[in-house]
Amino acid sequence: MTASYAVLQERAQGRQWALAEKRRVRVGTALCGMAAGAGAVLDAVRREVGSLGLEATVSEVGCLGLCYAEPLVDFQSPGGQRVFYGNVAKEQAPRLVRAHLVEGQPAMEGALATLGGEALPGVPALGQLPMMKGQLRIALGNAGHIDPGSLEEYVAVGGYGALDKALSGMAPQQVLEEVARSGLRGRGGAAFPTGVKWRFLASSPGPVKYILANCEEGDPGAFNDKAVLESDPHALLEGIVLAGYATGASKGFVFVRHGHEGPIHRMREAVQQAYAAGLLGANILGAAFSFDCEVVLVGESYVSGEETALMEAIEGKRATPRYRPPFPAAVGLWGKPSNINNIKTLTYVPPIVARGGSWFASIGTERSKGTAILCLSGAVQRPGMVEVPMGRTLREAVEGLGGGVAGGRKLKLLQTGGPLGGLLSADKLDIPLDFDAMARAGAILGSGGIIVADDTACAVDLTRLLVAFCQFESCGKCFPCRLGTTHLLEIMERICRFQARPGDLELMHTVGTQMAAGSLCGHGQLGFNPVQSALKSFGAEFTAHIERRTCPAGVCDGKYLTPERSRR
Amino acid sequence: MPSPTRQAALTTPSEALRATIRRVLASQRGPTVTVLSSLLAVQDTLGYISPQAVAEVAEFTHASVNDVWGVASFYTNFRFAPPAQHTVEVCWGPSCHVVGALSLLKAVLEGLGRTGEGETSDGAITLKYNTCLGACAQAPVMKVDQQLVGRATPALASQWLRGLRREGPG
Ligand SMILES: Cc1cc2nc3c(=O)[nH]c(=O)nc-3n(C[C@H](O)[C@H](O)[C@H](O)COP(=O)(O)O)c2cc1C
Ligand code: SF4
Ligand code: FES
Repeated sequence: MTASYAVLQERAQGRQWALAEKRRVRVGTALCGMAAGAGAVLDAVRREVGSLGLEATVSEVGCLGLCYAEPLVDFQSPGGQRVFYGNVAKEQAPRLVRAHLVEGQPAMEGALATLGGEALPGVPALGQLPMMKGQLRIALGNAGHIDPGSLEEYVAVGGYGALDKALSGMAPQQVLEEVARSGLRGRGGAAFPTGVKWRFLASSPGPVKYILANCEEGDPGAFNDKAVLESDPHALLEGIVLAGYATGASKGFVFVRHGHEGPIHRMREAVQQAYAAGLLGANILGAAFSFDCEVVLVGESYVSGEETALMEAIEGKRATPRYRPPFPAAVGLWGKPSNINNIKTLTYVPPIVARGGSWFASIGTERSKGTAILCLSGAVQRPGMVEVPMGRTLREAVEGLGGGVAGGRKLKLLQTGGPLGGLLSADKLDIPLDFDAMARAGAILGSGGIIVADDTACAVDLTRLLVAFCQFESCGKCFPCRLGTTHLLEIMERICRFQARPGDLELMHTVGTQMAAGSLCGHGQLGFNPVQSALKSFGAEFTAHIERRTCPAGVCDGKYLTPERSRR
Repeated sequence: MPSPTRQAALTTPSEALRATIRRVLASQRGPTVTVLSSLLAVQDTLGYISPQAVAEVAEFTHASVNDVWGVASFYTNFRFAPPAQHTVEVCWGPSCHVVGALSLLKAVLEGLGRTGEGETSDGAITLKYNTCLGACAQAPVMKVDQQLVGRATPALASQWLRGLRREGPG
């Protein structure tokens, strides 16, 4: 069935009006919410609303980013004001339901924030919370606000408007040029200009070409891709269809790691809804453009997030990278021209098409445009997910939004850009969030994970763990990485057991240099990064382990536990 | 909690198991059906990949038994023996590591009487390590069957393990 955009908007408006008359409760049930107990809170809210026979809509929403305050619940009055509560216990839920939905109280004690309506005494506005202040939300604009299971809610906030604009008045080439003009660079790690990548695909012959949306997100410490799927899956889908239109592709695949049920379910639901609404399939929104989309799952394998390994995995094989050339834009999935983008990259596309590439290019720094979507985790006071203009400093993110180190301890280091990224010592906080500035400092911005470690952590121990990850996840296809990571791990374990041998550091250097030079994919090429950056910033700590056979932080006791696994 | 299908599969003879596997393979969502998607479907329903499953997947996808083993042995989520009634996963990723994943892991190992991944001696609980459970902002994180447990402490872990033991089989 093909509906026009106007019909979709009308339907969405109808639903919004129907909803506006009722009170509404939203519970954040993304992965972080669930880990904090949101499932039980949602049940408790539903039970209370049901048993009191209340006229209220209880919705699940995704991730607002205030993960430190999960489970997060908010009550919206018919007047439109939303009152948020953080760290809600399931025992507390019935009381909140009664206060808001029966007694009509404006806010209970302990309310975290309000959104809309008149200010309430003692309760800050959401935007004034220390973790929200100064954020600029482009890709995360709807996260935590709209019901990810509802196409209508996405349309009601302007969703699919960019697609309608493109299909009804822009040539594919024009869409591509807007994206190129925006200066958007890939958020999956390599920061490659998206417009340039799309041009490669656009100039490859069709008719069968693919857009691959990469939500493998195996980087520990990064959860923003999964959060987009769970919070605003239609925004990603709109970006994928726009990418398809701009490059003349015929089908999209969203590639998700098996086991993350929430994100998978949300994405599948969105795809189904989009087909039913004529936003996928033949003649989208009545235009001459047809495009399909499918969600594909992959088993646990970090390297399957690498662009060519990802194609192998979709084809159902072992996720090992391919030799290049040929490049994916010429020979990709099932031999067809393909383009791979990260989830965040694609989610920026609808606002870029809607508001123009120059608007996006006006945000950020000279060579890093737009925003950085960061995941703060580890020993930080306010773990969570934030979106800020590029160019802000790590300090503004970690100390300003994240509140600095938890428990009054001192900052020791940041681990950024995933396990292949680097360690940054505490004196590097003034580096701006900028792809190139981060790279110059020996770290990467990568997909935005920032892991905070306080002064109880041992840099050598953490390095051993990162090397263990790289070893465990090496796909084994090429020997510099397969043997190199194993060798590095052996040496790092010796060092942590205070059994280092003379020349071990030089040996690591040799191994690492050879890995970087001889490995087939980024995993092996970057696998020495953690060691190299740790040696640079924490050389003295290595020396203590190697020469004095002690661990200054008191972490290494010779009995460390490296989870013993290897790929069979 | 294991699904009824999984329970049945553990107790029925191999022909019935084959029939179940065939049904699972035929009812995949698609449209893209591959060796990997087939293996994932079997693992999701039965909890493990049996030799019969490898043979059935090979036939169903027109691949060799060798290729199917190759794929199954590559991805670390596949197992080749039935899991225990309950599964406990502990994350050892860096976000969790810097806030105490190791003491959490030690408590779980102790509670289960194990020194690494695998089944408890009474076959009640399977322990699995994970490199990231996707809820890093709630580190340290573990997963008990389908439930993510964030801000996990050794005490909280012991409490969950006791709960599983009390509940008994499945
Ligand atoms: C070992 C390895 C793992 C990767 N994992 C991911 C991933 O999980 N998600 C992702 O978007 N990119 C990942 N990448 C980068 C991809 O190869 C690719 O560059 C990216 O998806 C392109 O998207 P972008 O241009 O939008 O950044 C990985 C790369 C390597 C070498
Ligand atoms: S560098 Fe490592 S992960 Fe990449 S192909 Fe070689 S062995 Fe596999
Ligand atoms: S690192 Fe433990 S959940 Fe992500």
